[in-house]
Amino acid sequence: MERVAIIGASMTQFGQREGEWVMDLLAEAGEECLEDAGVEAADVEHLYVSNMASGEFEGQTGVPNALAHDLQAMPAYTQRVDQTSSSGGAGIFAAWQSVASGASDVTLLVGGEKMTHRSTGEATDVIASLTHPVEYKTGVTLPSFAGLTARHYLERFDAPRESLAKVAVKNHKNGLDNPKAQFQKEIDEETALESPIIADPLRLYDFCPITDGSAALLLCSEDVAQEYTDDYVVISGIDGATDTHVVHEREDPTVMGGVVESGKGAYEMSGLEPEDIDVAELHDMFTILEFLQMEGLGFAEQGEAWKLVEEGYTERDTGELPVNTSGGLKSKGHPLGASGVAQAVEIYEQLMGEAGPRQVDANVGLACNVGGFGNCVITTIMEAAQ
Amino acid sequence: MTMEAYRYEDGSISYPGHPRGPGGGEPVETIDLSEYTAEVITWTTSTATPPGVREPNTLAIVEFDVEGESVRAIGQATTDEIETGDEVEPVYVDELREPGAGIREPESQDWDGYRFEPV
Repeated sequence: MERVAIIGASMTQFGQREGEWVMDLLAEAGEECLEDAGVEAADVEHLYVSNMASGEFEGQTGVPNALAHDLQAMPAYTQRVDQTSSSGGAGIFAAWQSVASGASDVTLLVGGEKMTHRSTGEATDVIASLTHPVEYKTGVTLPSFAGLTARHYLERFDAPRESLAKVAVKNHKNGLDNPKAQFQKEIDEETALESPIIADPLRLYDFCPITDGSAALLLCSEDVAQEYTDDYVVISGIDGATDTHVVHEREDPTVMGGVVESGKGAYEMSGLEPEDIDVAELHDMFTILEFLQMEGLGFAEQGEAWKLVEEGYTERDTGELPVNTSGGLKSKGHPLGASGVAQAVEIYEQLMGEAGPRQVDANVGLACNVGGFGNCVITTIMEAAQ
Repeated sequence: MTMEAYRYEDGSISYPGHPRGPGGGEPVETIDLSEYTAEVITWTTSTATPPGVREPNTLAIVEFDVEGESVRAIGQATTDEIETGDEVEPVYVDELREPGAGIREPESQDWDGYRFEPV
């Protein structure tokens, strides 16, 4: 099996990109990534596009082929990767497989979504359409699942409501130093705790925004990487896993089986353990998810992640394990198909020493991308090439 | 209308039913959960609801005990005066949300069902 390297990365401005549509966003990130890697479009053999719902949001389907044309990457093989909110992570897994298997020497992955032209209700409904009919007819939304789970977590583990607000405060603070984040706005705990209720006990600042944006990665075999550069990152572990489609059927509402299983697979492939991880991007679509992933990935015991957050363990500049140095989905934004790719872009920049004011001391990073409410999860471990 | 759960070969029960149960076994019978009461495991009141959904929308995950076998379900609550641990009973409603107002094809599923009312 080929060792897979990442030699280029890009991310567009995330936020409300008025007048720009999914094809514009994908092409912008794709071009910038090729330029960053110094790779010609004609040398791309496989092109993967992570996107959940361009048909539903915009009425534009067939985006992979359209992007191949816009980039002049023909005759590259292309396909769309949809795994709802984890489409980006699933795209990394597909791109990794294409190179590891030897099917492609040079693979471009571009993730993107255009959402903000829809009302919050419409966008929420497109996302909630992933639910089972018995769930959908109740009007449940992904934010409602977060409210249900957060209440259970707080009550069962006697965790203070403030601990969730601390996640929002931290990630907003990190986002201040990310010029491409949707929000560069510091908030305090009081603001988070007094913001409008969205899904009781969770409030506005417990949720990520609706976002337009795109991000891209250039993957190739390590042999090919060395033809281009001495400085690159390798994917040393990656795995994906599923949990039940129907959320209430899970034995323990505070355990995301997909996080646990994909994490196990990624650790096993890399030969690394949770204590070896220097920096992590976790899928904080809702603040409670940061706790569930810290626990599922072995950074904290079950029911204890909130204590680590309260102790400052996950702070960027002073913590043992900086979490969401990019600002996370919370502050950076969550253009569905782009988010998992953008998580890996942040880890790539951290490992390459290119994260500017967000830079932490890191040789090993982890990204966890969650689809649905933990329905599908991809965990990726990346290391700076030695 | 029933609130139909499946019992599988190994005795486990799921709501909704699936072609295979959690242990991999085939379904052997259906159970109407609307004949039982349940305990509220957790709940939320959602204030940002999609098209065709009541606002606010109080939802609960509840647990039924069917002859010693537990099975959970999600549903709307009849009131926002609900607490974890409350005992509730399913109450029939002919339209839980407006068919066709959201993205889901109206003919692809049913829209009636049960809300949970504190006993």
